[in-house]
Amino acid sequence: MDEALLRALTPTVIGILVRRGADFAAAEDAVQEGLVEAVRAWSDGVPRDPKGWLVTVAWRKFLDAARADTSRRHREELVEAEPAPGPGEAVDDTLQLYFLCAHPSLTPASAVALTLRAVGGLTTRQIAQAYLVPEATMAQRISRAKRTVSGVRFNEPGDVATVLRVLYLVFNEGYSGDVDLAAEAIRLTRQLAARTTHEEVAGLLALMLLHHARRAARTGPGGRLVPLVEQDRSLWDTGLIAEGVDILQAALARDRLGEFQAQAAIAALHADAQRAEETDWVQIVEWYDELVRLTDSPVARLNRAVAVGEADGPRAGLAALAVLDPALPRYTAAAAYLHERDGDPVTAARLYAEAARLAPNLAECEHLTRQAARLNAGLREYS
Amino acid sequence: MAKYLLLKHYRGAPAAVNDVPMDQWTPEEVSAHIQYMRDFATRLEGSGEFVDGQALSPEGTFVRYDGEGRPPVTDGPFAETKDLIAGWMVIDVDTYERALELAGELSAAPGAGGKPIHEWLELRPFLAEPQTITE
Repeated sequence: MDEALLRALTPTVIGILVRRGADFAAAEDAVQEGLVEAVRAWSDGVPRDPKGWLVTVAWRKFLDAARADTSRRHREELVEAEPAPGPGEAVDDTLQLYFLCAHPSLTPASAVALTLRAVGGLTTRQIAQAYLVPEATMAQRISRAKRTVSGVRFNEPGDVATVLRVLYLVFNEGYSGDVDLAAEAIRLTRQLAARTTHEEVAGLLALMLLHHARRAARTGPGGRLVPLVEQDRSLWDTGLIAEGVDILQAALARDRLGEFQAQAAIAALHADAQRAEETDWVQIVEWYDELVRLTDSPVARLNRAVAVGEADGPRAGLAALAVLDPALPRYTAAAAYLHERDGDPVTAARLYAEAARLAPNLAECEHLTRQAARLNAGLREYS
Repeated sequence: MAKYLLLKHYRGAPAAVNDVPMDQWTPEEVSAHIQYMRDFATRLEGSGEFVDGQALSPEGTFVRYDGEGRPPVTDGPFAETKDLIAGWMVIDVDTYERALELAGELSAAPGAGGKPIHEWLELRPFLAEPQTITE
């Protein structure tokens, strides 16, 4: 049983059902049921024409549901209709599904859930587990999302930028559970990159690959956070790094810079350093300048201040930090780091402890507490 | 089976026996403490007694309704609030004695000097659904 193959077929088959006259919501339900049946039926071996098999079964599920639904207006015609010989994918149905599931009328959480189900082929239960909410809650979120987009024409052209934001969220805000959301985000972005030449799609894919390459080094025993400078770089996946760099260079060569390409360039410069001391911080600062120019994001300015601290010394970093809003997330943690580098462990320890109280997640809170503890232990030794 | 809430307080509980702020421990002691908490939750999952556990940020806001058509009023965070919840664990156990036993184990998590913190945890029974047979 090849679950990856099955899930990769999901958007195509939904597209075919929609072209045969099913509305998106019903087609999506029918294909989900088809997937469940395939898991059972394919356990002894994948059929010769997996796509044809899934289309046939999903279409039957759709007709069964239409038959059962007495309120459906066109019930008779639908039941009588012989499935038209598949018109195939005249336009790219899968691409259309990405646009539909990331439609601007959806909230980010709804767009994420709908994308994972309709494009990713995940079950509601898997998505619920991944986002730590009850299955019934996730089921409601998905059916409300489907209602929200029910008036959208399937062929309506969409905006790649909205799709990228959704995929970025899946990659960046994935929790745990059975499903590896980071890997799933990469799969979905690869699939998208194969269908469009948009530079920022390539930029986001490169960014994901370069971060994913460092995953094994990012956490230590017991889920402990390992900062970039302390990571065991021999654990980095050089294959993924090479792929990410190639994709990024091809995108940059087309000279249409965007925020994901700029972020990927920063990740590539980190990946390029064999040892932390070899990091090209001057170039990284230049890319942060680009990123600030492109996005005017306060978070980019904060990261830039830390990079300036590495390129031009901690005093310069603190000066760059001083002009920013102290309420920014991770401002205090950045200040603590720069004060430590500046040789002021007393201030740094106090700020690390304060940053731990402000931390947005448990892993960071624990990491920052450990930093404060480390400095305080050193201070006790010298007192 | 009965469900209990184990509440851990940032503030408001009586002082622990081994009462040293975490940033004054050694990094190894911090790690040992975190590992103990993880192992405890894992063990309860294994025994079929774990329901949920969450940690809360120390910063929060009070909110109340302020009348039709008006945005809610917010207040706080209050530095002087007496009671501040740090996190909770929900367990589903056979007896009150078992709940006490588990709360005791959790309170024994190692702290400064590698010694148990002896921190006070609050044990609160859930109000359950009415039972079918009551006579």
